[in-house]
Amino acid sequence: MKDTKVIELEEVAIRFSGDSGDGMQLTGTLFSDTSALLGNDISTFPDYPSEIRAPQGTVGGVSGFQVQFGKKRITTPGDLAHVLVAMNPAALKANSTYMNPGGTIIFDVDSFSEKNFEKAQFKTNDPFTELKLNDFSLIPVPITSLTKESLKELELDNKSILRCKNMFALGLICWMFDRPLDYIQNFIQKKFGKKPLVAEANLAALHAGYNYGMNLQHATPQYIVHPAPIEKGIYRNINGNNATAWGFIAAAEKAGLELFIGSYPITPATDILQALAERKDLGVKSFQAEDEIAGICTAIGAAFAGSLAVTSTSGPGFALKSEALGLSVMTELPLVVVNVQRGGPSTGLPTKTEQADLLQTLYGRNGESPVVVLAASTPSDCFYYAYLSAKIALERMVPVVLLTDGFLGNGSEPWRVPLMSELPPITPRKAKNPETYLPYNRDPETLVREWAIPGMEGFEHRIGGLEKNNAGGVNQDPDNHQRNSEIRAAKVEKVVDMIPELEVIGEPEGDLLVVGWGGTYGHTISSVRAMQGKGKKVSLAHFNYIKPLPKNTAEVFSKFKKIVVCELNLGQFASYLRDKLPGFKYEQVNKMKGLPFSVHELVENFDKLLEA
Amino acid sequence: MTKFNYTAKDFKSAAEVRWCPGCGDYAIMNAVQKTMADMDIAHKDFAVISGIGCSSRFPYYMSTFGFHTIHGRAAAIASGVKSANPNLTVWVITGDGDSLAIGGNHFIHLVRRNINLNLILFNNKIYGLTKGQYSPTSDRGVITKTSPFGTIEEPFVPGQLVLGSRGTFYARAVDNNIKHTQEILAEATLHKGTSVVEVLQNCVIFNDGIHEHITDPKFRNERQIFLKKGQPMIFGEQEDKGLIRENGKLKVVKIGENGITRDDILVHDPSEDNLGLQIDLINMALPEFPVAMGVIRSVEAPVYDQEMKKQIETVQQKRKITCVDELLQSGNSWIVDGENCNEPVKFLDNKCFG
Repeated sequence: MKDTKVIELEEVAIRFSGDSGDGMQLTGTLFSDTSALLGNDISTFPDYPSEIRAPQGTVGGVSGFQVQFGKKRITTPGDLAHVLVAMNPAALKANSTYMNPGGTIIFDVDSFSEKNFEKAQFKTNDPFTELKLNDFSLIPVPITSLTKESLKELELDNKSILRCKNMFALGLICWMFDRPLDYIQNFIQKKFGKKPLVAEANLAALHAGYNYGMNLQHATPQYIVHPAPIEKGIYRNINGNNATAWGFIAAAEKAGLELFIGSYPITPATDILQALAERKDLGVKSFQAEDEIAGICTAIGAAFAGSLAVTSTSGPGFALKSEALGLSVMTELPLVVVNVQRGGPSTGLPTKTEQADLLQTLYGRNGESPVVVLAASTPSDCFYYAYLSAKIALERMVPVVLLTDGFLGNGSEPWRVPLMSELPPITPRKAKNPETYLPYNRDPETLVREWAIPGMEGFEHRIGGLEKNNAGGVNQDPDNHQRNSEIRAAKVEKVVDMIPELEVIGEPEGDLLVVGWGGTYGHTISSVRAMQGKGKKVSLAHFNYIKPLPKNTAEVFSKFKKIVVCELNLGQFASYLRDKLPGFKYEQVNKMKGLPFSVHELVENFDKLLEA
Repeated sequence: MTKFNYTAKDFKSAAEVRWCPGCGDYAIMNAVQKTMADMDIAHKDFAVISGIGCSSRFPYYMSTFGFHTIHGRAAAIASGVKSANPNLTVWVITGDGDSLAIGGNHFIHLVRRNINLNLILFNNKIYGLTKGQYSPTSDRGVITKTSPFGTIEEPFVPGQLVLGSRGTFYARAVDNNIKHTQEILAEATLHKGTSVVEVLQNCVIFNDGIHEHITDPKFRNERQIFLKKGQPMIFGEQEDKGLIRENGKLKVVKIGENGITRDDILVHDPSEDNLGLQIDLINMALPEFPVAMGVIRSVEAPVYDQEMKKQIETVQQKRKITCVDELLQSGNSWIVDGENCNEPVKFLDNKCFG
């Protein structure tokens, strides 16, 4: 025991990395769930290639999963990993730049062969020197041969045995971080319930890995990370796409409507459709359409027929939906479109995150075509913003676009689940009086029309994509079009009365206001806290409400000497702010690498701005 | 004994109808309104959905719930309407450009899914609203504004497309034969699944007379064959011609010649799953054959909107999760209740959310 190096940490980030067939996503997820159950706060970041199976052993085929957990509030998966598990040389190469200096690298020494060095395009047979990793704590573990050894009693073919390598690695990491194995054991037994031999093999490899750590403790440091002090309640792990899906189900229940999703599979949004298709028990109608256009069009049809209608997509699909989105603007039907943004343009970087669809969302349609735009900022708050999107759509008879991104959609965190009674009411604008009903009569305050759906006696009416009069009939008079265009714009602006004021995190005035929106929250808040920790007068204003902007935005901005807008594009929100609130100078931090910000790079930028 | 005693007038809106004088659309609309009145279904339960094109102005002229959507998308939007509320009686009004060009994908998938609605395909073989460009049903070589030297592409035969999409109901009618169109529409309304009724429609301005060689009432009985379930496939002014199968192919024969009797003539059965014969009937063209009118195919198959409903009901019978609170707490959830834990804070305060 005396040889074990025990390190107590506030937070630690681990990156599991291997071939895309090595099961790294599962390994990472199981470790994250175990940590969350222990009471650590966590944040995860799956990083996988867009090819299903790139050639084995190549850098292009590396799949990674990073999790950060700690005793305090964890807002990001960590810029740099403290511990890397590398199943082969390519994994080492792909991840070496994402390591904390002096961190620990556990690698499968069996796979560090000349052949694999070649596949990963190393020039020499010494990848560690080549990557300048010699200062790191390197722990060679014969993962492949020990897995084989531990399973030799079982009658399994070589391929099945090798599939258990990830469990060996997971067992070892569980020992290093003092995680109990029971959650993982239960999972394996449940998953392979029908294949007892496979279950047995996975369990054996898991235990072998754990015991290996214990027996060779002189070589492997052990880390202790205490639980985080968090709110009381019932918790679960949730990723952003699931949270989005469940937010809609909650909204439908609250509003007393059926939920209808029309959608088409697209990375990284598909999980939303899948999560909703699974919920027939709660009456969700899911329609997998023939294309993106039919996805939104079936949803528009369902909205006309009286459902809470949603469609989910990502950038390229959102582009295809734009004409139909204009139809819901013109007809003033309630509709929610979720865009889980990914790297673009065109097919771009399907599995990587980006925030470059903002201007497309705001302006990417023919004609004056205003929609309400919301953006979620963490995996779990996707639930609340999905809920609010539905509430706004139903109460204001307007299409709402909810922006999330690949980082939020796939990332997960522990979440205190709310009770339905905690959520605000949703009152759809159902028409009541057939005597006076006209489809485009409006509430004088909010400019909202009433919703009358087929089957409601006495409310028969026609709507359509042509400019219309109050009765829904075609009307192309010049003055009518002018008036209606202004009404549609004003109706969206009036949503400002429903949304909260912009909150400043930190002092309400200071030297630098960091402005972010959507999925960058975890990184901006961490970097702002780091700045505050250094005694700098830096605060954060993070936007979830993009259109309309919160009422007090200009007031918040006016209290700071400098404003810097940080976003994963080339400056789209900054240009929108320049247009809407032109009186301020907006500095920019932009990144277009298909990756989230790192706290480190943000802090560096903020320091520079303060010095300038 | 009818419940509602509607007449066609009950389905007309107050809006002024603005098709060109003499347009075939008037006749088709009259037939639709008469058919709706005869269906004896509550007026409030009709929804008429259209795309873009001359015919797609249709909903504005109806007094029912109506939705004039965007080009090509009527089939998709109607699919959403009917799936969301299977109790509605949904009609799709569309044209050859709307459904076979820009909306081709939605059209074939609607048919494949077999959603229970009635689709009327106004086929005038031209783009009328944009003033005369060739459409996907225009004949090869036809000269239009966008094919000044003649088209160099094959047209779709709508019936082939319907059957190729696993369609369960396809019928053909002609705009100038209101009585027959009405009969066909009535049969379409009885079919459970997607009923596609192709109506050969004349565009008086940009494609006048395009179907005249078929539809001219003077030659109606010689050039059209009216197929009826259980009836022999007989046509001709004297009802003296019929269809037989010879060497696997259809052939026109004269009854009384070469020993042919009425008993030799094929008997029409649209409910038989006989794609080969039905395609042959669809393909019949002048001058060798009369053009087939009537319900050519009407077979039973599972209906999408009903299946969707049924699946939910089946799952709900055995469900463990009955509401969102149960969903949120299901599966791998855990309770946090330590000494150093704070009281929970509502994520959404109610200050602005009403």
